[in-house]
Amino acid sequence: MSKNNNDEPIVKIRGLRFAHGARVIFDGVDIDIPRGKITSIMGPSGTGKTTLLKLIGGQLQPTAGSVVVDGEDVNKISRDALFRLRKRMSLLFQTGALFTDLTVFENVAFPLREHTRLPESILRDLVLMKLQAVGLRGARDLLPAELSGGMARRVALARAIALDPMMIMYDEPFTGQDPITVGVIMQLIRMLNDTLGLTSIIVSHDVHELTMICDHMYMISGGKVMGHGTPDDMAHSESGWVRQFMAGLPDGPVPFHYPAPDYADDLLAGA
Amino acid sequence: MMGWLQRLGSTSLSVFERLGRGNLFLLRVLAALPSLVARPGLVIAQLYSVGVLSMMLIVISGLNVGMVLGLQGYNTLVDFGSEESLGQLVALSLVRELGPVVAALLFAGRAGSALTAEIGLMKATEQLSGMEMMAVDPLKRVIAPRFVAGIISMPLLAAMFSAVGVLGGFFVGVGLLGVDSGAFWSQMQSKVDLYDDILNGVIKSVVFGCVAAWIAVFEGYDAVPNTEGVSRATTRTVVHTAFAVLGLDFILTALMFGDE
Repeated sequence: MSKNNNDEPIVKIRGLRFAHGARVIFDGVDIDIPRGKITSIMGPSGTGKTTLLKLIGGQLQPTAGSVVVDGEDVNKISRDALFRLRKRMSLLFQTGALFTDLTVFENVAFPLREHTRLPESILRDLVLMKLQAVGLRGARDLLPAELSGGMARRVALARAIALDPMMIMYDEPFTGQDPITVGVIMQLIRMLNDTLGLTSIIVSHDVHELTMICDHMYMISGGKVMGHGTPDDMAHSESGWVRQFMAGLPDGPVPFHYPAPDYADDLLAGA
Repeated sequence: MMGWLQRLGSTSLSVFERLGRGNLFLLRVLAALPSLVARPGLVIAQLYSVGVLSMMLIVISGLNVGMVLGLQGYNTLVDFGSEESLGQLVALSLVRELGPVVAALLFAGRAGSALTAEIGLMKATEQLSGMEMMAVDPLKRVIAPRFVAGIISMPLLAAMFSAVGVLGGFFVGVGLLGVDSGAFWSQMQSKVDLYDDILNGVIKSVVFGCVAAWIAVFEGYDAVPNTEGVSRATTRTVVHTAFAVLGLDFILTALMFGDE
């Protein structure tokens, strides 16, 4: 559970810069993630959304700037302190990242077995409660290979809440899912956030789903924050770029055409 | 000419960079070993998949190598009328050289490649990242138990290879070719020294086990996390282990038996 219960943002990112070799992913990004809310980070593919989650989780080191989670700068604390902090946050990977050699039950039990010394009977009850929350108590004996993509994400979600974290980060939770599964995942994110008093961060480019469940939105592109606010603020943003992204328009500040010489000149050049 | 020099420079740099990374990785794995004292179950589970599941291959290969040694050895020795020395020839060849070396090569092909592929795929499917985010250190939970299991398994598999090989030589030499059974065993008993031969063979197999296990877990952990990356890492494990084992074997043989 969270150490600080005040109005301080649970995640405070300031002046974040990060580069993969010569390619700059973030170039001075400031983000505040409010406590107890669902915040979405949106942006085009390849804009570094997953990288941002890994920076928040301390799996990557920024070239400059700070990432403060629940009052602790993830890049300045010791490895032990970072691991203690990670027990209070979860990252739901796009693939689910379930352990393929363990059953659904053992996958959910994994963090409990690693970090607690609970008697087997209590551990069993806890795991079943987590699986019940995601509707998969009956699938406890299945292996990950026997699950559909949506079920795998729900199991990963049950595992993510096993240690009762203060915050869950979702990496593209809706990608590649059928409409029913998307509805189930949306409902679970909202329900878990509200009933467990969590903070949720969703990284995605599914505008429609995000506007339905999130309280706050950030839009990033080209290494910068292009805009942020409530879904309503974003829909009526003055930024042409944000409006194009929210409405999914094919042309606008992000051009349809890849930069090219003049069309007529190009055609005549071959004549 | 410049292009060739450039390629040589960049290849050398990348080789040294990987060597450095591999050594740092080994230090981190060694630092993670004490955590296994509290959880021996992790090592035991790996001993099964790394060691026990390799046994069949080792036994069959050892038997065949022993039988071939018996046959070839007999054909040579009989020309000099010293076929009674067959037991000594088979045992020394196996205990000093073939046991540790062939077992290590088979180990790399069977268990080493499996370890690399398993760890590489865990990386590619974000299971290692997932573990880190659950505040579980993959070096302690995944890598260290496999590394230790490799080191423990190798000498045992090499010993098994040699023992079964001697039996193979016995079946062919005594059973088929008519060498005297008493001479076969007594020659072996009198000429094979516990320290000079058996202990040196065990030392070799321990060294090969360390190297094979290190290469296997490092290649998996360092693999590019995609299908091609894991495939290349698996190949590298087998090739690098073979080179390392054969190279080290020459050095160790020169040190152990060079002054005989």
